[in-house]
Amino acid sequence: MELRDLQSAATSHRGDRVFTRTVAGAAFTSLLVLAGIAIFLGLQAVPAFQTQGWAFLTTTGWDINTTPPTVGIFGMLYGSVLLAVIGLVIAIPASLLLAIFMVFLSPPRLAKVLTNLIDLMAAIPSVILGLWAFYILNPTAEEWQVLLNKYLGWIPIFENTSGNFLGTPFIAGFVLAIMMIPIITAVTREVLSRTPPDLINASEALGCSLWTMLRYVALPYGRGGIVGGVMLGLGRALGETIAVFFVLKIVFETNWDKIIESGGGSVATLIVSRFGEVSGPLELQLLLAAGFFLFVMTLIVNVIANLIVSRTGRLQK
Amino acid sequence: MSTAEFEDVMDLDIQGVEASTVHPAGPTEMESRDLSVWFGQRKVLEGVNIAFPKNTVTALIGPSGCGKSTFIRTLNRLHELIPGAALAGSVLYEGKDIYDAAVDPVHIRLQIGMVFQKPNPFPSMTIRGNVLSGLKLSGMKRDNHDEIVEETLTAAGLWNEVKDRLGNAAGDLSGGQQQRLVIARALAVQPHVLLMDEPCSALDPASTLKIEETIRGLAKEVTIIIVTHNMQQAVRVSDYTAFFLAEEGTPGHVVEQGATTEIFGNPQEQRTLDYVNGRFG
Repeated sequence: MELRDLQSAATSHRGDRVFTRTVAGAAFTSLLVLAGIAIFLGLQAVPAFQTQGWAFLTTTGWDINTTPPTVGIFGMLYGSVLLAVIGLVIAIPASLLLAIFMVFLSPPRLAKVLTNLIDLMAAIPSVILGLWAFYILNPTAEEWQVLLNKYLGWIPIFENTSGNFLGTPFIAGFVLAIMMIPIITAVTREVLSRTPPDLINASEALGCSLWTMLRYVALPYGRGGIVGGVMLGLGRALGETIAVFFVLKIVFETNWDKIIESGGGSVATLIVSRFGEVSGPLELQLLLAAGFFLFVMTLIVNVIANLIVSRTGRLQK
Repeated sequence: MSTAEFEDVMDLDIQGVEASTVHPAGPTEMESRDLSVWFGQRKVLEGVNIAFPKNTVTALIGPSGCGKSTFIRTLNRLHELIPGAALAGSVLYEGKDIYDAAVDPVHIRLQIGMVFQKPNPFPSMTIRGNVLSGLKLSGMKRDNHDEIVEETLTAAGLWNEVKDRLGNAAGDLSGGQQQRLVIARALAVQPHVLLMDEPCSALDPASTLKIEETIRGLAKEVTIIIVTHNMQQAVRVSDYTAFFLAEEGTPGHVVEQGATTEIFGNPQEQRTLDYVNGRFG
């Protein structure tokens, strides 16, 4: 018996075929752009990597005057992650609480106003935020950090030996948090507001408090979406350049854990700080190589994030 | 018209299910007294007086929009969670007013369980997790979780179908199974009263029959109040029936109530007769 062809595009409606191809084309375009960036950066990175070897990734420093230049971006890669982590530690709880308030507690009209305000927050250009952080946040946060150091200084991350509390990773992370909060809040609010009313009913009928309803029903239901929102925020934080550049005192050292000690760095700020006064084609290639590894790191973070999302789908016993 | 004649006229299919017999009216478990209910400015129920004898099944019938669902939501204090909800009169549970200022609504909701129209197991939990979720959510302590799971799933008529896959997701079950799981979940906190808001309206006939058997079985230990649009179901499962009606522009009220055989076989009100015979609604 001969099987009839039911699946091929040839049997489908013509309009659908055109539409399918258009959409697929658009989808592939974004892949092409991604691949294009990766290839361009990768090609640029090869010569730089050849002169530096693995030291490029494992050491920290930027001396262009030796031959060959002795440069290494380890501290900067680490700094990118550190700033992002500080940002997340501040942004995640703030965003979750904000979203929970808007969805479950606030009067609907206030929730609407808040939603608009938070969306506006996302629209602030990062250069404006950077200026604000430089003039207002930097001196204000100096005092917070003095307090942190005074009362929590026995925890290694809150040590400060220099007495200089300006231009610290903490402040830069705080700026990143301000940039991440609107994104994470918007996604979380959306996800939580879609908690099926049936499930809320069920938990109310079982004598749930708001806290247990959130803990066992709404948050598990929205887990995937919330993690997705956090990842969007993280993506922004890892690549954020100008706002961090304004507030962070860039040093080519690896400040392992001193988050309220002046000085730090990130790959993006390294590139922007050197690019304007680049000494020649070799240094330019080195900067592009740094960009390549930032790109790779962002991809790795995204892959890890996807793994987390798929793993959190586990059932509660 | 006697019950038998009535069944002939209605051509009721009650095979496989014992026609319910009226339990002797024991002590009253729950009762509403002169209960009126509002949503904002709109009055949706007026002067409802119904007593629910212990360990019986009472069916609440009536056309859509007559306030039956609203009424049962006042019985476990879920009504008040809707913004703008208001109420006058009282609801007595074991002789005490559940709207008394000293009463903890969470405590009331644990004693008076509820099953909703659409099966609503928690999708992020396993079958076992769902049964025990009431304990977890309310912070109630009970030992022997394995026993509770077996006992309640057996009572809900689901044990044999799921005993080998308690760790599976609740979402994998069919609609009828999910509804029985939800009943088991409600039973695990040992309620004295079970409210059911059209529990079979989203289910196929076979599942409906199973749920009805479950309801009859449970009535030995729990007082059940069930909202249904299915007249035959009311006849099959209930001992008592209350007929609600909201006539044009007026709030819903109880037109007639009494033993199910009476309401269906020998109603005193023309409107009841018309409704149970399917002439409107």
